[in-house]
Amino acid sequence: MNEERIGVYVCHCGSNIAGTVAVEEVAQWAAKLPNVVVSRDYKFMCSSLGQELVEKDIKELGLTRVVVAACSPHMHERTFRATCERAGLNPFLFEMANIRELDSWATDDRAAATQKAKAMVSAAVRRVVYHQPLQLLPVKINPNTLIVGGGVAGITAALEIANAGYHVYLVEREPSIGGHMAQLDKTFPTLDCSACILTPKMVDVAQNKNITLLSWSQVEAVEGYVGNFTVTVRKKARYVNEEKCTGCGICIEKCPKKVIDEVFEAGLGYRKAIYRPFPQAVPKYPVIDTSNCIFFQRGKCKACQMFCPTDAIDFEQQDQILKLEVGNIILAIGYDTFDPRRIPQYGYGRLANVFTSLEFERMVNAAGPTGGRIVLRDGVTTPKSVAIIHCVGSRDKNYNEHCSRICCMYSLKFSHLLHERLPDAQVYEFYIDIRATAKRYEEFYHRVLEEGTRFIRGRVAEVTDAARMPGEEGKLIVQYEDTLIGKQRRLPVDMVILSLGMEARRDSREVAQIFGLGCEYNGFFIERHPKLDPVNTMTEGIQIAGACQGPMAIPEAVAQGAAAAARVLSLISQGTVMMEPVRAHIDADKCSGCRICNNLCPYNAIVFHEDRKVSEVITALCQGCGACVAACPSAAITGAHFTDEQVMAQIEGMLWDVQPQFAMTSMETR
Amino acid sequence: MMAKKKPRFAMYWAASCGGCEISTLNIGDKILAVDEAFDIAFWPCVADFKVKDVERYPDGYIDLCLFNGAIRNSENEEMAHLLREKSKVLVAFGSCASEGCIPGLSNLTTAQATLRAVYLDNPSTDNPKKVLPQPFTKVPEGTIRIPEFYERVKSLDQVVPVDYVMPGCPPEAKQIAAVMDAVITGVALPPPGRTVIGAGNVAVCEECPRQKNVKQIKRFYRLHEITPDPEICLLEQGIVCMGIATRAGCGALCPRVNMRCEGCYGPLNGIEDQGANMVAAIASVIEEGSGPLAGVDEAELQRRIGEIMETLVDPAGTFYRFNMAHSLLMRARFKGDVV
Repeated sequence: MNEERIGVYVCHCGSNIAGTVAVEEVAQWAAKLPNVVVSRDYKFMCSSLGQELVEKDIKELGLTRVVVAACSPHMHERTFRATCERAGLNPFLFEMANIRELDSWATDDRAAATQKAKAMVSAAVRRVVYHQPLQLLPVKINPNTLIVGGGVAGITAALEIANAGYHVYLVEREPSIGGHMAQLDKTFPTLDCSACILTPKMVDVAQNKNITLLSWSQVEAVEGYVGNFTVTVRKKARYVNEEKCTGCGICIEKCPKKVIDEVFEAGLGYRKAIYRPFPQAVPKYPVIDTSNCIFFQRGKCKACQMFCPTDAIDFEQQDQILKLEVGNIILAIGYDTFDPRRIPQYGYGRLANVFTSLEFERMVNAAGPTGGRIVLRDGVTTPKSVAIIHCVGSRDKNYNEHCSRICCMYSLKFSHLLHERLPDAQVYEFYIDIRATAKRYEEFYHRVLEEGTRFIRGRVAEVTDAARMPGEEGKLIVQYEDTLIGKQRRLPVDMVILSLGMEARRDSREVAQIFGLGCEYNGFFIERHPKLDPVNTMTEGIQIAGACQGPMAIPEAVAQGAAAAARVLSLISQGTVMMEPVRAHIDADKCSGCRICNNLCPYNAIVFHEDRKVSEVITALCQGCGACVAACPSAAITGAHFTDEQVMAQIEGMLWDVQPQFAMTSMETR
Repeated sequence: MMAKKKPRFAMYWAASCGGCEISTLNIGDKILAVDEAFDIAFWPCVADFKVKDVERYPDGYIDLCLFNGAIRNSENEEMAHLLREKSKVLVAFGSCASEGCIPGLSNLTTAQATLRAVYLDNPSTDNPKKVLPQPFTKVPEGTIRIPEFYERVKSLDQVVPVDYVMPGCPPEAKQIAAVMDAVITGVALPPPGRTVIGAGNVAVCEECPRQKNVKQIKRFYRLHEITPDPEICLLEQGIVCMGIATRAGCGALCPRVNMRCEGCYGPLNGIEDQGANMVAAIASVIEEGSGPLAGVDEAELQRRIGEIMETLVDPAGTFYRFNMAHSLLMRARFKGDVV
């Protein structure tokens, strides 16, 4: 038997744990476990009084190990480690048993929850005996930052960090930064011209010496850890030499090939095969779309090259693979709009005059494909009546359960713009609830009410062109239930606008995998804490900002961009960060040089010494994932804080109530 | 010359093939030194002793007992207890005693199935009356008792505490000679408590002269399916060489002659389960095809890995050939049985 003296503390967490687990019973039971000298329960262990209890016991009872059974270690492991440290106990001689998230919150069965709490406490008590004192490792922070996504959140973050004097690599998948905001006409509720307020920031990005803008580029791989990431970026060939191009646009003018612009103009307008998404694009260099370029498809044309005054067109250009060294990463990859074809009864793609919200944004934009004229798909007819359907793809169990938060407001904005441009048109808004919850939103709603929009509460069942009643011929008929009067109704209109919800990027899961993040069920990235840490992630050194975290409007995306930048700047100004000492170590005397581990390390932390025929883990690079520890067939690799002894003891503790004939472990038979 | 009292030596075999005894005799001239240094107190293989002789000895009478063979039946276990009582130092000698070895593989099935295979479903056995050994048989003269055949094969240390373990199937003569030398010349042994002696503390790879590179296995080969490159690590060539998970001490005899290490020297210190460790190591270096895996769906991944695994024939016999009885698994469990 060993000499360790363990203190066990079982937390009520108000009623969060005590409501389901018999905490007093668990504490009394734990007092009888081997090595336990004191076992208490307390209302809130994380409170200063709770922590003082532990400190006092360490000092007065000479505790050498501490177990706290409370919430997730993500929540309070650091708290209690600090508690131990204040009382002079190495913080790693502490173990946390999560009897909240993994127990009391997972069931209503009091007996089962209490039994499980005992198992988890028993596991922690058995494990903590084998804990070893460890020291945190200081790691230098590379002051460069990678920002992925050049929408308004990414732009804000980039400018904040660059203006503070640190270098930023801003990677954008499209040819220009600007994101969705660059496509919008006006912003609600202030009716600012979206482009007018955004483009100066875009220009700032282009001109800032501290920002390296990598547009038409994508991150392919990320290695390393907080402070020291190595990022592989593919800079796709533009076929335009950026050093020679002046952005004059003659190539675009001369290009004979017109293509429907599915991205920036939302399919409503055209661009050339060599193009800039919009005139204020940053950077100003155009891109050749090889799948539509006549030269790339048929080997002839080269009009752009012939007319380029600076000889900047380069058909031979290849993708470049760049390796960037950065200390922090901010992901601001934005959102995708819901694909309305998934709701066929609304007729988008089948009924010409059903438009998406993004199409309408482009249409009302003075720089858009219709020059700001609101017209039907034929390009000439002005609609006399318009129905705006809210919550398309949102608040609907068939598609997305979440509320996309911006649709009410931009729909109201559409109403306003319709009244402004087409004073005679009748505008209808089909809504479930009007959610106008931020500053000046409610006032804007009232303004639109007064402007004469008809608000109809009810979800639209169908949009059809099959006329059944006089007056419906040649119109789109909106079939709906007016839930305020409880009646099925039909409304013939000229134009229907579908207010599309926000979804996570279609490839958000792949992006999450590259960066080692978690995704929610709907693909949005998971923040470290929904209330207290909304821009941080569970992966140290990686922040998220903007609509990739969840649906949000421009001001929140801007605030998040700035918040993420503040997080990054605080790490940069610290210069070093203390890292968990949970690292692998190879005992050179036990290593046979078999090289099984050599190819396993995701962080390339293992080197093989050919001269001595042994492998070694470079501590600074190791992230403690344990892949090599599990693979080493000689038990020559140990994972600090996850040694075989610790894990086996934990398992044996967990199985304390298993029938003895099944609980025969190898240890007992030896 | 004063007649110094010689220490007493014993060697016994339980469930084993006799290879350990042969290997002991294979130490050559040194066997004379052993005879000179010790009084033989019990060694049924070389001298005529009866169990009754041993039973008459006082406790701790034997100074050094090498016990080879696994515990397969009640007689083996009785002898284990007896020799433990009578011996100051008890050594689990060879793979059977230390880990169960080949007899231990029968833990993958039931005792009944083992008996059937031996006495009934066997082309070379003529047993028309389907007689199976019974612990007690009544004959006119009384009741005959034969040892009870156990459900599970155990290693010696699963029955009695052992002081030392000398691994190997069999232990190499050189290693036996070295240990006997040490004992005879009075070199202190390491502290007892299932301590491994007569073997190395690193894996076989250290003794193996083959070139080791980073491993990526695209498929496995059985020995007859491939002519291995004599210079390069066998495992890299897809031959499941157990050397990486096996204690050194043999001098890498098998890999030196293009044979895969079968793992007879057992796991290294700190390894609970040699077979499982080998599985973990192998799983880590399977190369499931080229190209990035991001976006490859799980079913496809499973198919690719399954294809590779199909080339690995008899995983239990490959990974657990010598250590089944002593592994975390110990035995296959069958519905309803309790051991």
